[in-house]
Amino acid sequence: MSNYPIFEPTDPSGLTRKSFVSNQEVRWCPGCGDYAVLASVQKVLPELGIPQEDFVFISGIGCSSRFPYYMETFGMHSIHGRAPAIASGTKAFRPNLNVWVMTGDGDGLSIGGNHLIHAIRRNIGLKIILFNNRIYGLTKGQYSPTSEMGKKSKSSPMGTVDYPFNPISVALGTGGTFVARTMDANPKHMQEVLKAAALHEGTAFVEVLQNCVIFNDGAFTDVTSRQSRGENTLDLVDGKPLLFGNKNEKGIILDKKMRPQVVKVDEVGLENILVHDADNEAMAFMLSHMTIPNHPVPMGVFRSVARPSYEQLLEDQINTAKAKKPNASVQSLLESGYTWRVE
Amino acid sequence: MSEVAKAPQTLESVTIRFAGDSGDGMQLTGTQFTETSAVMGNDLSTFPDFPSEIRAPAGTLAGVSGFQLQFSSQEVHTHGDAPDVLVAMNPAALKVAVGDLKENGIIIVDRDAFTDKNMNLAGYESDPFSDGSLAAYRVFDIEITKLTLNAIQELGLPQKQAVRCKNFFALGTVYWLFSRELQYTESWIESKFGAKTPSLAKANKLALNAGYNYGLNTHIFPNNYVIAQAPVEKGLYRKVTGNEAVGLGAVTAAELAGVELFLGSYPITPASEILHFLSHQRHLGVKTFQAEDEIAGICSAIGASYAGAAALTTTSGPGLALKTEAMGLATILEIPLVIVNVQRGGPSTGLPTKTEQSDLFQSLFARNGDSPMPVLAATSPGDCFWATIEAFRVALRYMTPVVLLTDGYLAQGSAPWKVPQISELEKIPVEFATDPEGFQPYARNEDLSRPWAIPGTPGMMHRVGGLEKQNITGHVSHDPANHQVMSDLRAEKIRKVQDMIPATEVYGDADAKLAVVGWGGSFGAIRGAVDHLRAQGVKLAHIHPRFLNPLPKDLGEILAGFDRILLPELNMGQLAYVLRANYGIEVARYNKLEGKPFKEAEIVTAIRAQLEEMG
Repeated sequence: MSNYPIFEPTDPSGLTRKSFVSNQEVRWCPGCGDYAVLASVQKVLPELGIPQEDFVFISGIGCSSRFPYYMETFGMHSIHGRAPAIASGTKAFRPNLNVWVMTGDGDGLSIGGNHLIHAIRRNIGLKIILFNNRIYGLTKGQYSPTSEMGKKSKSSPMGTVDYPFNPISVALGTGGTFVARTMDANPKHMQEVLKAAALHEGTAFVEVLQNCVIFNDGAFTDVTSRQSRGENTLDLVDGKPLLFGNKNEKGIILDKKMRPQVVKVDEVGLENILVHDADNEAMAFMLSHMTIPNHPVPMGVFRSVARPSYEQLLEDQINTAKAKKPNASVQSLLESGYTWRVE
Repeated sequence: MSEVAKAPQTLESVTIRFAGDSGDGMQLTGTQFTETSAVMGNDLSTFPDFPSEIRAPAGTLAGVSGFQLQFSSQEVHTHGDAPDVLVAMNPAALKVAVGDLKENGIIIVDRDAFTDKNMNLAGYESDPFSDGSLAAYRVFDIEITKLTLNAIQELGLPQKQAVRCKNFFALGTVYWLFSRELQYTESWIESKFGAKTPSLAKANKLALNAGYNYGLNTHIFPNNYVIAQAPVEKGLYRKVTGNEAVGLGAVTAAELAGVELFLGSYPITPASEILHFLSHQRHLGVKTFQAEDEIAGICSAIGASYAGAAALTTTSGPGLALKTEAMGLATILEIPLVIVNVQRGGPSTGLPTKTEQSDLFQSLFARNGDSPMPVLAATSPGDCFWATIEAFRVALRYMTPVVLLTDGYLAQGSAPWKVPQISELEKIPVEFATDPEGFQPYARNEDLSRPWAIPGTPGMMHRVGGLEKQNITGHVSHDPANHQVMSDLRAEKIRKVQDMIPATEVYGDADAKLAVVGWGGSFGAIRGAVDHLRAQGVKLAHIHPRFLNPLPKDLGEILAGFDRILLPELNMGQLAYVLRANYGIEVARYNKLEGKPFKEAEIVTAIRAQLEEMG
C-alpha cells in the first residue's frame, strides 16, 4: 500500500516569470552574468506547460550554485561537484519531475567531472546548465579547468601550464544528445536555447559563457560584446548554412584537409557553404573546436538527436518485469529460493 | 558386495570443510551439502572462503577455494572452529586447510590430484601421505578422479567435462559418511542441467551415486554417522546469506513503509551481491542505479530520498570513506537514507575478501563538523534482514541517514532463516507533508524530525542544502547562535533514537561477575562460547547491543553492574574506546586482526583467562 500523497497537479497556464521568483535576496556581485541566467530561466519556465511543483533545481558549490535559492521551485544546494549524481537519483526515481542541474566550470568540470560525463553518457533527463566564467569565483580567483593556457591567477602567478577543457567537446565526447552554447549577454538567445534544452528528452547540456566581473572581467568580451559579436560568433541553426558576420557575408567551408575555413560567401557561392546538421556528431565536434581568432565562436545547438532516456529505459524494464510476474509480491520474494518447511 | 554396514554413530555437531582449486566447484559442493542438511532438519551455518583473485593459477595455494559449514542437532551459532572433516581435492587445498583440522579429524583427498606437478605447485617437498606429516589425522586417499571417470564412462563425455564431475563423487562419499539423502541434490542437478545438457545431468548423478556407493560398499570408513534434526521452530525456512538478507530487508522495509525502494551503489567486494540481488527485483518496482563511483552511489540515493524514496546505498570500508562528505550532506538535509557498510579488512584496499569489524570509528566519526548519525550492526546472516528493517525504521522516523554495519563474514555466510509473514510485521509509519498552510521545512515533531515534503507536491516548494539552516524556516543562516541551536537539535534528535531501542538483553547469568560484550558479526562465536562455558557451570553474561549510536539508555548502568567486561572485537579496540568515552569504564579487550571471524574456542580461552585473573 502506497503512502504517497495523491493530488491534482496545479495548472501551469497562469504561471509567469514572477511565479518563479523566490523570497530570497539575490546575492551575486553587481554586474555578475549569473543574473542574466536567472532572469532567462525564470522567463522560460512558465512557457513550458509544466506544473510549478514539478521543477527541481539542484546545484553543487560555487557562485552559480546559489541559483536554487532564488527559484520558487523545489531546490537543493548540494555539495561540490555532486549535483549531477544527486539529480540523477531524483530523475531516475521520479521521471515526471523536470530536473535542472546548475553548475560551473569548477564544479562541473573539475571536482565533479566524473559525475558530469556519466550523467551525459547515460542520457538521463537532466537539464545541465554550466556557467563558464573560466575562473574560480567563490574561492576568490584561482584558475579553473577552462582557464586559457598561460592564465595568470592567484594560484598561477607565472601563468597556467595546463590546457583547458572545451566544455562543448567534453559533452559531445561523452555522447551528449543535446549540446548547446549561449551567453549571458544575449538573453533572447539564451531563452531560445534554454527552452529547447528544457523540452529535450534525455540530457541537455548548455554552456553559458558568463562574465565574472570581479575575478575574470571581460573573459568573453570579444565574443559577447555587441560591437564584435557579429564578427566573432556564428549562430547555429539546424538545416541552415554556417554564416556569420555583421551582414552574414561570411561562411564556413571545409578545406581539402577537412579543416573549417572562413570564406566570403560571394566568393564561393552560398551553395558551397556548410549546412548545419544537428544530427551530425562529427560536424558538431568540428564546430566545437572553432574559436577566435581563426574562426567565429559557434553559438546555439551543436547537436540535438533523439535517443531514449535512461529513465525511460529503466521504466520500460520495470514494466516488462512486472508484466512477466503480474502476481509478484514481497511475500513471494521472501519465500523464493531454496526453501523447506519444518513441520 | 554390499552388506549391512555397522550401525551409524550419532553425533551432535559436525564441521566440514570442502577445499579445492577455484575451478573444482567447491562452493557448489558445499552449497549442496548445506541445502540437503537444511532440509533434513539440521541447524547450520556456513562460510565460504575464496581467493580475491578471480582466476588464480590452477593448483597454487593462492587458488584454493574453500567452503566450511557446521551442521548440528542443536542450535548453531557459527560455521565451526576446526573442521572434523576436510575434503581436499588437490595438494594445495590440503596444504592450506590441514592446519585448521581437528586432531584425529578425517581427511578425504583425491589421490589422483596428487601428481608431482601439483605437489610442486603446492610446495610439498615430500609426500605428505608417507612423510608422517598427516599422522595426527585419519586420512582416506581415494582415487576420486579415476573412480568418477569409470562411473560415467558409458556416457562418452569429453575428458575435460567428465573430470569436472569429480566434485559430485566426493559429495556422494560425504553424503554416505553423514547419512544424507541424495534426492535433493539429484533434483537440483536435474533442474540445473536436465533440460539443456541431459548428458551432464546424468553424469553428475552417476558420479554422486558412485561416490555414495563407494562409501557404502568399500568399508574404507569404519562406520558412518547420523546427526539428528535440530529442535527448530515450525514454519517455512530458506537459506540466506547476509547480503541477500539485506536485500530482502530493504524490499520489506519499503513495503512496510508504503514507499518505493531506490538503491544507488557502486560495485565493491564484499557488498556487490546486495546490488545484484536488488537489481533482480525490477518486477517489484525496485529501482537500482549502478553509479559511476561510490560518491555518486550515495548521492543518487540522496537525490531519490529527496524525491520520496526509501533510499539505500551499499558499500564496504573504502567506499564508505568516499561517501563521507555526502553523509554529512544527508545529515544537514535531514533526509532518510540507509547506508550499508559490509566491513572488510582495512586500511585502504586491505583484505577485500576477508572480514573485520574495523569501520566502527569510521561510521561514528568520519565526517566534517559535528555530524551525528545512528549506527546499527547486524549479528547473523538472517539478522541482516531484521537489522535492515530497523535501520529504515530509524531513518524514516527520524529523517536521518543511518549506517548499518554488517561484515564479510555475515555477508557471505549463510544460515537457515525462518521466513516471516509481512502482514504480521509492524508497519513503518511514513507521512509526507502536503499542507502548504504554515509549512516550514525545518519545523520539528516530537521526535525532532522534520517534514518530508517531496518535489511534485503542490505548494510545497522550498530549498534545502548543505549550508547551515535557519531553525524552522530552513533558510540559509550564518548566525552564530543559530548554528549552536541547529547543532544541538541535530545531536538531540539522534539521542532521541534511544526512545525506540528496547531494553538491553542480558543473556545468561545476570548475577555473573564477568560479562562478555560484543557487537555485530561476532555474536555467534561469543554466544557459542558463553553457552559452552555455562554448560560447564561457569556463570557468565553476554550483552550484544544492536545500536552503537546512540548506545541504549540502560547500557551504562548494566555494564557497571559487572565486575569485569570482556570485549572481543575484530579490530584494535574500537567499541572499547567508545564505551570508555561514554561510561568511563575500562574493559578487558580481546582483539584479533587476521581477516577471519572469531572461533568459539578463542573466545572460550579469552573468557577463561579473565576468570583466572579475577580469581
